Amino acid sequence: MQHSEQAPSPLALLETMMLIRAYEEALVGIAAGGNAPGTCTSVGQEAAAAGVVRALTPRDRILTNHRSAGHLLARGADPGRMIAEVLGKRTGYCKGKSGSLHISAAELGAVLTSTIVGGELSLAPGVALARTMTPGDDGIVATFFGDGAACEGVFHESLNLAVVWKLPILYVCENNEWQAFVHRRETMPMVHVRDWAAAHGLVAETVDGNDAEAVHAAAARLAARIRATGEPAFLETLTYRTRGHYEPDDQFYVDPAELAAWQARDPIELLANRLRADGRLDDARLAQIRARVAAVIDEAVAFANASPYPETAELFTDVYA
Amino acid sequence: MPVITVNDAISQAIAEEMRRDPSVLMFGEGVATKRRELVAEFGAARVRNTPLAEGIIAGTAVGAAASGLRPIVDLLFAPFLCFAMDEIVNSAGKLRYMSGGQFKFPMVVLAMSGAGWTVGAQHNHNVEAWFVHSPGLKVVMPSSAADFKGLLKAAIRDDNPVLFFMDLALGYQSGEVPAGEHLVPLGRAATLREGRDVTLVSYAKTVHYCVAAAETLAGQGISAEVIDLRSLKPLDEAAILASARRTGRVVVVHEASRLCGVGAEVAALVAEHAFDALQAPVRRLTGPDTPAPSSWPLEQAFVPQADAIVAAARELVGARAYA
Repeated sequence: MQHSEQAPSPLALLETMMLIRAYEEALVGIAAGGNAPGTCTSVGQEAAAAGVVRALTPRDRILTNHRSAGHLLARGADPGRMIAEVLGKRTGYCKGKSGSLHISAAELGAVLTSTIVGGELSLAPGVALARTMTPGDDGIVATFFGDGAACEGVFHESLNLAVVWKLPILYVCENNEWQAFVHRRETMPMVHVRDWAAAHGLVAETVDGNDAEAVHAAAARLAARIRATGEPAFLETLTYRTRGHYEPDDQFYVDPAELAAWQARDPIELLANRLRADGRLDDARLAQIRARVAAVIDEAVAFANASPYPETAELFTDVYA
Repeated sequence: MPVITVNDAISQAIAEEMRRDPSVLMFGEGVATKRRELVAEFGAARVRNTPLAEGIIAGTAVGAAASGLRPIVDLLFAPFLCFAMDEIVNSAGKLRYMSGGQFKFPMVVLAMSGAGWTVGAQHNHNVEAWFVHSPGLKVVMPSSAADFKGLLKAAIRDDNPVLFFMDLALGYQSGEVPAGEHLVPLGRAATLREGRDVTLVSYAKTVHYCVAAAETLAGQGISAEVIDLRSLKPLDEAAILASARRTGRVVVVHEASRLCGVGAEVAALVAEHAFDALQAPVRRLTGPDTPAPSSWPLEQAFVPQADAIVAAARELVGARAYA
């Protein structure tokens, strides 16, 4: 695993985001060919995933949702096993029984992925409770969800219990402005979910969710605070879902001007330009990273395509322990 | 053998398992308030009150179970489970399978239901069949103090999510409970009375009505076998079929309503696998397809009573109406 408690280099953040982008673009291509159902991408939201996950330690747990690719890849997941899972192959992280929407990888501390919007919020307190009852365990639990999940009742139940029971949870709301096919402005009286979190008594911050370095700094600061106090905290990354709810989706319902404005603030471009401006990145280095990432994804797709489907008998396994 | 109430049997089971295994903990609305003896013995970290929020109570149990603990949660009245369906059905029941076996969920959900307290339909609704229909769960609904204790201890030790339904009318009923360690395996029915002419299959409070009916029938020369299912999932299909083959006649009795209830499953099972042994159609005696009423006479009328069971059994064996 690549992550550590030391700040990752900006180049590492950049490469992580580029890997996530390349992975999801590969899935978009596969879905366009009609070969993979139900893929939900997080294109445009890579900074939130890379910045937060790279601020965690290997002892921490993450709970994610149907837009999980960024969180899993930033955590060090094997893109080959992920694509194999999406394609329903035996070599996938969940033996092909999850598909793209609910990939868990317990070996990476990515547990109990739920695609029920808000599901991860209902499960995180229990994972955190177990950690508080394990002597010597200072791991925290980071749970990722969107502004849509914040409109579920269990969001409020989860935050309230975490405060009352002092559970070490970093709530990460990726406010991407879209709740499936409905814009956030139609469903919430305010712009920021942070206000709801603050009302529940959490330390709650917003951050530019397209600035990977800013996200990382905020997440690292809040994670340290959670570790020190044992109390939950809330981080809202302000970002935008630049592709549709799932693939394929022609986004007829999206305001083109709003989409263009966010695309102009693409998190990968933003960081690359900053690094280029202060001399930490040049075209040759960028091309090198791009080629490396492309090779990883090519190899992953080939692995997944070459992998076998599960035996039919697998239908009946893993129902009960 | 010591005689204790069902409520005491439940308390003994919880305390014994918490003593035996430090990963067992219990929480829910009022748990720490009402179970002070558990707080005193095991501490506030393992016996907790919660907000009145069933979704997060159940979800927290699921997350804790997947992380090495063995939670018992008390969701009070069965209709309140409606607020916890995502956590129980979509998470506890499915995430082991969906993750390719990466997690297990050793947890017990307690809930009360049934006629007897005139609490009305939002506190009394026998919803056990909903969970039988959901994959990955186990469902238990005992009728005696001994089974309450033995099945609850087994449920706590089970590595899977168990819905443990408690019939409201039984809490203060007493029964003999074996002293010392007493475990009853999940998925095993009990034959409470052997008979030749007709099988009465039931669970929870109507088991007692079946036993009373069997005594009445014995006085009329009809020998009735009484099977207490105890576990609804796994269902002891072998015990049901063996008895159906022995007697050739089956009456299924439960308080939950008929449509798609456990009785439908028992009837279908017998029709599929013991049709050749049947001498009469399988009969179901169940609650009606109405919300449970509060008024005492209406609430009693909701539940199949012993006289109705006697009449159904007599009809199946071809006896004349009892004059």
